[in-house]
Amino acid sequence: MWPLSSTIEFSLAAELAIALVLGIGFGVALERAGFGSARKLTAVFYLHDMAVVKVMFTAVVTTMVGLFALSTLGLLDLGALYIEPTNLLAQGVGGLLFGAGFLIGGYCPGTSLAAIASGRKDAVLFALGMLAGVYAYAEFTPQLDDWYKAHSLGELTLPALTGVGMGWWTLAFVAFLLVAAWGINLIEGRAPRDTGRQAGA
Amino acid sequence: MNTVTQRTPASRERNPGHVSARPFMNPYLAGVLLGFVLLATYVVTGRGLGATAGFAALATWLAGLVSPASVQSSIVHLKYWNDGAPLLNWTLFLLCGAFIGAAVSAWQARRFAVVIERGPRISDGQRLALAFAGGFIAACGAKLAKGCTSGQALTGSSILNAGSLLFLLAVFVAGFGLAHLVRKEWL
Repeated sequence: MWPLSSTIEFSLAAELAIALVLGIGFGVALERAGFGSARKLTAVFYLHDMAVVKVMFTAVVTTMVGLFALSTLGLLDLGALYIEPTNLLAQGVGGLLFGAGFLIGGYCPGTSLAAIASGRKDAVLFALGMLAGVYAYAEFTPQLDDWYKAHSLGELTLPALTGVGMGWWTLAFVAFLLVAAWGINLIEGRAPRDTGRQAGA
Repeated sequence: MNTVTQRTPASRERNPGHVSARPFMNPYLAGVLLGFVLLATYVVTGRGLGATAGFAALATWLAGLVSPASVQSSIVHLKYWNDGAPLLNWTLFLLCGAFIGAAVSAWQARRFAVVIERGPRISDGQRLALAFAGGFIAACGAKLAKGCTSGQALTGSSILNAGSLLFLLAVFVAGFGLAHLVRKEWL
């Protein structure tokens, strides 16, 4: 039964080779989506280009459907998957900070690599800023990790929280994606592309 | 050097730097592709994707070069120390793969261009400074939240992790909330 890691003891070399191969797929997907471009990534916050929302939400729903289907078929043990413990304050405040950094910096950690690979010089600076940030965290505020653990709610998923099974949640997310895609399509069809304003800029 | 500013709608839609660049993939199709990569990662490793941990491992390696004592005094550094081989980090190898994959993809689609991406109303220098500052802030947020767009927003949300969904929501709240304030950087 999957995940493979629960039945096979991978050697370090095998694990790193797997990481490299999966990473190549990750990088191709990000670049193909246009996520090697800061202006395309940040355009979502000005409602000029909703690609970020479309790609991310479709990816989440695709994986969710896949996980649910594989587990229903008895191929995958959901209980064996790693789930990051929830700390609501950390994810709330951290998410706000991260969103600010994303908008100001123009990238997120993964997409900055795709952008460097696409030649974007600003992405190099973003990655250096990331490096400085994680370094500063480890040097000056490592005790935040202890605080996180002390106030963690443990593994907390929506099915566990609500008593509504993953199948229903998956169905709801699929429905939400379809409605959102329809709505976005409607808005995009109505609003003229931002060409007029661009030409005047 | 080539600086990205807004041009015709067509070139903006494709890629700023290159006239002959191919259009991007349909976003929903790209999302399915990204979703399959994430699903494969779950099936093989039992964990999802990540990115910030790769940066953290690199930072710990640098700390070890500068001052091994500082590594021992931080529980965060020790988490990535890996018995003196911090570079043999799973997520760091994932990032190396992502770099290779994106480079090949960009080259194949003729999207590679050495440019600085910014709006027309700020200078290159200002944009580079903001890129660094943004990276620093994003790193602090990702460390606090135990994950970034990869580890929390994609990986966690797809298994309905409550904290991950809150993170995803918070990212967009901050992005939309601050968008007007920093519009000069992009528009």
